[in-house]
Amino acid sequence: MDFISILSVFVMACFVGYYVVWSVTPALHTPLMAVTNAISSVIVVGALVAGAAEGSAISKWLGLAAVVLASVNIFGGFAVTERMLAMYKKKEKK
Amino acid sequence: MEHVAPPSWVGLAYLAAGVLFIMALRGLSSPATSRAGNRYGIIGMTIAMVTTLATHGLASLPEIIGAIAIGGGLGFVTARKIKMTDMPQLVAAFHSLVGMAAVLVGLAAYLNPYAFGISGPDGIIEVQSRIEMGLGIAIGAITFSGSVIAFLKLNGNMSGSPIMLPGRHVINLGTLVAIIGLTGYFTVDQSPWVLATITALSFLIGFLLIIPIGGADMPVVVSMLNSYSGWAAAAMGFTLHNTAMIITGALVGSSGAILSYIMCKAMNRSFISVIAGGFGAAPEASSGGAAKVQRPWKRGAAEDAAYLMKEAENVIIIPGYGMAVAQAQHVLREMGDLLKKQGVNVKYAIHPVAGRMPGHMNVLLAEANVPYDEVFELEDINGEFAQADVAFIIGANDVVNPSAKTDKSSPIYGMPVFDVDKAKTVMFIKRSMGGVGYAGVDNDVFYMDQTMMLLADAKKMVEDINKALAH
Repeated sequence: MDFISILSVFVMACFVGYYVVWSVTPALHTPLMAVTNAISSVIVVGALVAGAAEGSAISKWLGLAAVVLASVNIFGGFAVTERMLAMYKKKEKK
Repeated sequence: MEHVAPPSWVGLAYLAAGVLFIMALRGLSSPATSRAGNRYGIIGMTIAMVTTLATHGLASLPEIIGAIAIGGGLGFVTARKIKMTDMPQLVAAFHSLVGMAAVLVGLAAYLNPYAFGISGPDGIIEVQSRIEMGLGIAIGAITFSGSVIAFLKLNGNMSGSPIMLPGRHVINLGTLVAIIGLTGYFTVDQSPWVLATITALSFLIGFLLIIPIGGADMPVVVSMLNSYSGWAAAAMGFTLHNTAMIITGALVGSSGAILSYIMCKAMNRSFISVIAGGFGAAPEASSGGAAKVQRPWKRGAAEDAAYLMKEAENVIIIPGYGMAVAQAQHVLREMGDLLKKQGVNVKYAIHPVAGRMPGHMNVLLAEANVPYDEVFELEDINGEFAQADVAFIIGANDVVNPSAKTDKSSPIYGMPVFDVDKAKTVMFIKRSMGGVGYAGVDNDVFYMDQTMMLLADAKKMVEDINKALAH
């Protein structure tokens, strides 16, 4: 992909993010932070590329270390979000 | 020798992951759809990881699986064990990990650029990639050290009061200019020292930026670092030409930025003044001088409070961070239940900056089984205080201070506050008359005719009220 295509995706995604986030109810702002934290760990993609590549042992170990850190976030972030969301209940109908 | 272009399904898979992440955030528009949203997020992440492993990782699969298992296990156990009151610390800690991961990935890409497709076999990195790499590492490093400080402050390992270095604005600006200058220089000289210096300076500035910021501004800081962790991921996405990372980075970046904006607005503070730091540093310096004058106030007992609320028609409860500190959310919900049994209409009112992170109070009340349709935001409930018989304030202070509306010299002037003075009776749970809120200003609500001060530990007081109500 050339730079302009990538930039286009980025700019469009910023706008999508802007509108989607404004529609999040304030009651769920803490879960929003937890889940954005989990998804920003998609950086694991870069870590996996580095961890799998041949050619530089240091690079490989840095990559694997990044995989560990990102995995903490991915599993921890989604799990804690799930735990929080499960607590939000409506009033029981009498 | 050119890299072989990946098959087109790979690009589609990353795009699908990006779209699923958008749907994950979209789900949060209502508690009813939120859990489905979280599942979309998990599916998106699985797709992104499996795609990368399938195209790159097969050679070192055992090590990678090991790394995922260690990190994932740690994260999962932490997520299950963490107390809901400690959520701000957890989120700060998680932000620091994203930041560090970005730094490590950036350094790995620098050391092995060919594997990342950003150089030829000769190892000369493309100019554009150098800028992206420099920026990604810089933002990642700032996110890391900033979040570590935020974590230490939130977790109480470090004093929440601002630490002001002399000449810090000059130091910060100088460091920032140096980082930008070096990133520019990196495009003509890819020597290790350039990148190493960028990394070191960025760690330093993340640290310097957060130490002068006081405890009251932590909701803004946590939101801001959330935003940075997104921009770091986006910068890495540019380096790797990966749509999933770019879309996610943009989403998270905007999310954190919007939350910071909401928090600043709820405190009527500009983003610049939060970053400049020092808020809540010296209560003496504020207009609180008048507070030294002794004014009469009324003390109430749990039985009086119970009696008044039993007779009331509408009770609005305003929880603040003090409720979380006292772990009073469960007994508070019991009180709500007892009152509802007496036919009282109970509502909860939450200020946007109640707690240490956006939405923190809502989570705590949800944990205590308060139904979310009894919980209201500031602008939705503020008109109802005129009809309220009792405004019950527990662990909040600045968010009910009328000086925000009237006193131009008050440090919290202009901050939107609850109109509790319009309620027939105000009950204010507070440990003692001595302490003041974060902003360090006296509160006229204490001295109003209709105010009853309930001086005790929040949990103890509510327990006593519950006992009296159960009679």
